[in-house]
Amino acid sequence: MNKITNNKAWFLVLPVFCIVAISAIIPLMTVVNYSVQDIFGPDSRFFVGTEWFQQVLDDSRLHEALLRQIGYTFSVLLIEIPLGIGVALTLPRKGWGVSACMVLLALPLLIPWNVVGTIWQIFGRADIGLGGYILNMLGVSYNYTQSSVDAWLTVLVMDVWHWTSLVVLLCYAGLRSIPDAYYQAAKIDGASRWAVFRFIQLPKMQSVLVIGVLLRFMDSFMIYTEPFVLTGGGPGNATTFLSQYLTRMAVGQFDLGPAAAFSLIYFLIILLVCWVFYTVVMNAGQREEQ
Amino acid sequence: MSWMAWTPVTAGFFICIALMLIGMGIWQAVSPTIPRRGFLPLVTTRGDRLFISLLGAAYIHLAWLAVTDTTVLVASGIAIVWLLVVMRWG
Repeated sequence: MNKITNNKAWFLVLPVFCIVAISAIIPLMTVVNYSVQDIFGPDSRFFVGTEWFQQVLDDSRLHEALLRQIGYTFSVLLIEIPLGIGVALTLPRKGWGVSACMVLLALPLLIPWNVVGTIWQIFGRADIGLGGYILNMLGVSYNYTQSSVDAWLTVLVMDVWHWTSLVVLLCYAGLRSIPDAYYQAAKIDGASRWAVFRFIQLPKMQSVLVIGVLLRFMDSFMIYTEPFVLTGGGPGNATTFLSQYLTRMAVGQFDLGPAAAFSLIYFLIILLVCWVFYTVVMNAGQREEQ
Repeated sequence: MSWMAWTPVTAGFFICIALMLIGMGIWQAVSPTIPRRGFLPLVTTRGDRLFISLLGAAYIHLAWLAVTDTTVLVASGIAIVWLLVVMRWG
């Protein structure tokens, strides 16, 4: 039987293509154009070639911000992914507890970023904040406005509080999709709890975990609002991450050319890491299926 | 279009990318790609190899700018060789 092909369906993709073009491709092209010019005003710009890229690549403050960002992102992933899986495994599978847990877990996700920053800014203060007050009462010298370590930990804990729920909900959805027959077979085989997790639950959660890790990687690598509201990038530059540094360059100093070059490098880093991660995980999945 | 601050160099760059994508589309319609494994440690289609080579080309240029002050055209030459090698044997 000959298969009839009808390519008219491609026209259905056209609206999405137009939206993506307007919202992403055209701005990205503009950034590329800006990155090779010195722009003084709308009609006053000069071609400078790769000068801004060289300047950005030699910038020691940017190297520091990049290292800080990498440390922060990997800390976030190392905490949130295992914690999210762990919490998802302990959630009830039926009854009223399911709805209650879903609502509670969704709450942090519904709060806007700047409000999260404000909540933690107050929560961490030693004079009026519950968290800061209790820690100091217990004899822990905690002050996120003066100590780099405290500021760093507060930003990290804030992110864990805000986003672990997302990983939990994704993992829980993955766990719920496993048919009971798998668990029954494991029970007949006398599989241990660890074996059930390793050979049934983890492989079945793989696709949602890929999404979870990618979302958390990209989000934490581009984090801006929460640390900006909480610490303003301080004390010193202790919590100045890449996006804050970029905003300072583009909006604060109005260095559009270097900021555009920096944006492109930033974009390439995210693109590479996401692609490598996606490829490694999907290849591992295919090997396991074979 | 003046708000996009076009320059002849960036216009040429994007025209090349667009032509590559159109060319790949036509090539795919005429002769659909067969996933295969070359020297890259994964099974790739023609589109995958183009993406890998373009991403690699961007990093070749960045690495060149980071380590030397000599003309970036050398990096462009290396990137073209890299693109051809990946597309043929990747």
